[in-house]
Amino acid sequence: MLGKLFSKYKIEETWELFTESIGTLKLNKMRTGLAMLGIIIGIGSVIALVSLGQASQQAVQSRIQSLGSNLLTISPSSARTGTVRGAAGGGTTLTNEDAKAIENSTQVTTVKNVSAEYSGRLQVVTGDSNTNTTIIGATPIYTLIHNLAVSFGSFISERDLVSMTRVAVLGPSVVEDLYGDSTYDPSGQTIRINGQNFIVVGVTETKGGSGMQSQDDRVYVPLTTAQKQLFGVNYLSSIAVEANNAEVMDQAVNEIGYLLLSRHNLSDPSKADFRIMNQEDILSTATEISGTFTSLLSGVAAISLLVGGIGIMNIMLVTVTERTREIGLRKALGAKKKTIVTQFLTESVILTFVGGIIGIILGIVISYLYAKINSSSFVITLNPIILAFVVSVAIGIIFGWYPAKRAANLQPIEALRYE
Amino acid sequence: MKSQDFIIKVKKLSKIYKTDLLETTALDNVSFKIKKGEFVAIMGPSGSGKSTLMHILGALDKPTSGEYILDGEKVEKLTDDELSDIRNRKIGFVFQAFNLLPRTTTLKNVMIPMIYGGIPKEIRLKIAEKYLKMVGLGDRMQHTSNQISGGQQQRVAIARSLVMNPTLILADEPTGNIASHQAEEIMEIFQKLNDEGRTIVMITHEVDIAKHAKRIINIKDGKIFKDSPNHARKII
Repeated sequence: MLGKLFSKYKIEETWELFTESIGTLKLNKMRTGLAMLGIIIGIGSVIALVSLGQASQQAVQSRIQSLGSNLLTISPSSARTGTVRGAAGGGTTLTNEDAKAIENSTQVTTVKNVSAEYSGRLQVVTGDSNTNTTIIGATPIYTLIHNLAVSFGSFISERDLVSMTRVAVLGPSVVEDLYGDSTYDPSGQTIRINGQNFIVVGVTETKGGSGMQSQDDRVYVPLTTAQKQLFGVNYLSSIAVEANNAEVMDQAVNEIGYLLLSRHNLSDPSKADFRIMNQEDILSTATEISGTFTSLLSGVAAISLLVGGIGIMNIMLVTVTERTREIGLRKALGAKKKTIVTQFLTESVILTFVGGIIGIILGIVISYLYAKINSSSFVITLNPIILAFVVSVAIGIIFGWYPAKRAANLQPIEALRYE
Repeated sequence: MKSQDFIIKVKKLSKIYKTDLLETTALDNVSFKIKKGEFVAIMGPSGSGKSTLMHILGALDKPTSGEYILDGEKVEKLTDDELSDIRNRKIGFVFQAFNLLPRTTTLKNVMIPMIYGGIPKEIRLKIAEKYLKMVGLGDRMQHTSNQISGGQQQRVAIARSLVMNPTLILADEPTGNIASHQAEEIMEIFQKLNDEGRTIVMITHEVDIAKHAKRIINIKDGKIFKDSPNHARKII
């Protein structure tokens, strides 16, 4: 009976403490608001910055993955002569035969698809519009290896390759540059590349990316047409290779490496006139970089949270000083130290708790607006929200502790005398 | 007379305030006893040590030396929290400056000691209403403390001092901040409470107020120089 009464009293007491604290905070709306502001900004920036960091990390990952999965890129590099190394990409050592050898050799067992490519920048003209863009000489397998899809018409066919037809598939950026509208279907139109007429047979889907690296700012023509008619070369600028799966990437690098070394009559791997780059390596490096970026942002946000906490402590100390008489009275009327500590801690935790909630909402809104304005992806995960929540309550306890303790240790006579 | 009949026993109580430069003796070997049901006025000019005595009697401060037994408990030995408990259960304070919580209803003000005393809410409300009615403020329960007059505030404070049914009511210059006609009302309440058998100790420097008490202890320079029954007691 007594125990029951007691526990009921405990709940009642907690509830009373809570409502009383809210009442006190309401009495000083301006101060309460200002105290909360620090926490709101701190938590808000943590949520927003973590969200932006995660979004950019995801964007980098998806962009790299959109280049193709399990992809190896072989590019020529001038053979080393002594310590001098030729410029990357300027080499002429990769040939169509190399690509065919990788595809057909019995030495290479881990490769699924091979795409021989030649690229260079040329002027593209139609009517009175013209643009300087990357021309890629491609084979039909190109779309498969690079996860490229065609939105209008079709991609380059085997027949185009064999008969060296002058057909072109445009990237959406090129369509926009030439026709002023990226949704326009230019199939059947004639464009001039380097002074030669090409018939547009298709448009690729948007893949994103920007500047020179954009996969949308490209014109695809048959590889043979590019080599013989546009650039007058008989070598490749790169060979893209899709391995069977992610586990055999290293083996594929080795197999291809030895095959090409022997084909190029080189015995020393350090003198290789080509380079093999692993897509996974690029991906993990990029992920690591954007991860570092995210933690850097979170660090900055954490500092603002700390400043917010100090703000809370400051306000609570002012409150304690201002309410010295009240505290003295409460102690004179029988309040124990624990009661006073609890009262002040409750106030500071309510401050940071409410501030934390507002901050979380603010952070979500900011990152949503950012994503909307920049038409980037909006990523919110539960972890930073839970973390922000816990941190804001912890800040209330940690930074509220000292003022609360100071209040509790006030001597009732000193406090009652205080004017 | 049995020793249990004494609510307050003070023996050789001294209080010395020390600063870097000088020692001030506020109380010097003060001894007296107060029985249940007494109405004592402690009088003295300012600086006489009566406030210090009041703080010690109120368990708000500890003596430098000596013994203070309140209702059988040795107060000078207690920790801060135990002192809080003693103040809560055994002493009802009435301060000169009323010391009500501002912007808080009189009802809530009166309930504060009961919150710390761990009394369930329904009971608290009943007791608070009862005592507010007793001091004639049954119609002011939802007024905040700054919406009522000084005399009314002091009556709220008296109601607050009674809710824990204390052994001792300790009043420190209870009429010091009140207009004189209202002061009479306050003294009337104290007299009534004393008639009901409550023990009251009142600190004052006003003769007019002290004459309501049954016994007057005069303090000067930290010492009792006169302790006598008040034969010329004024009864309202």
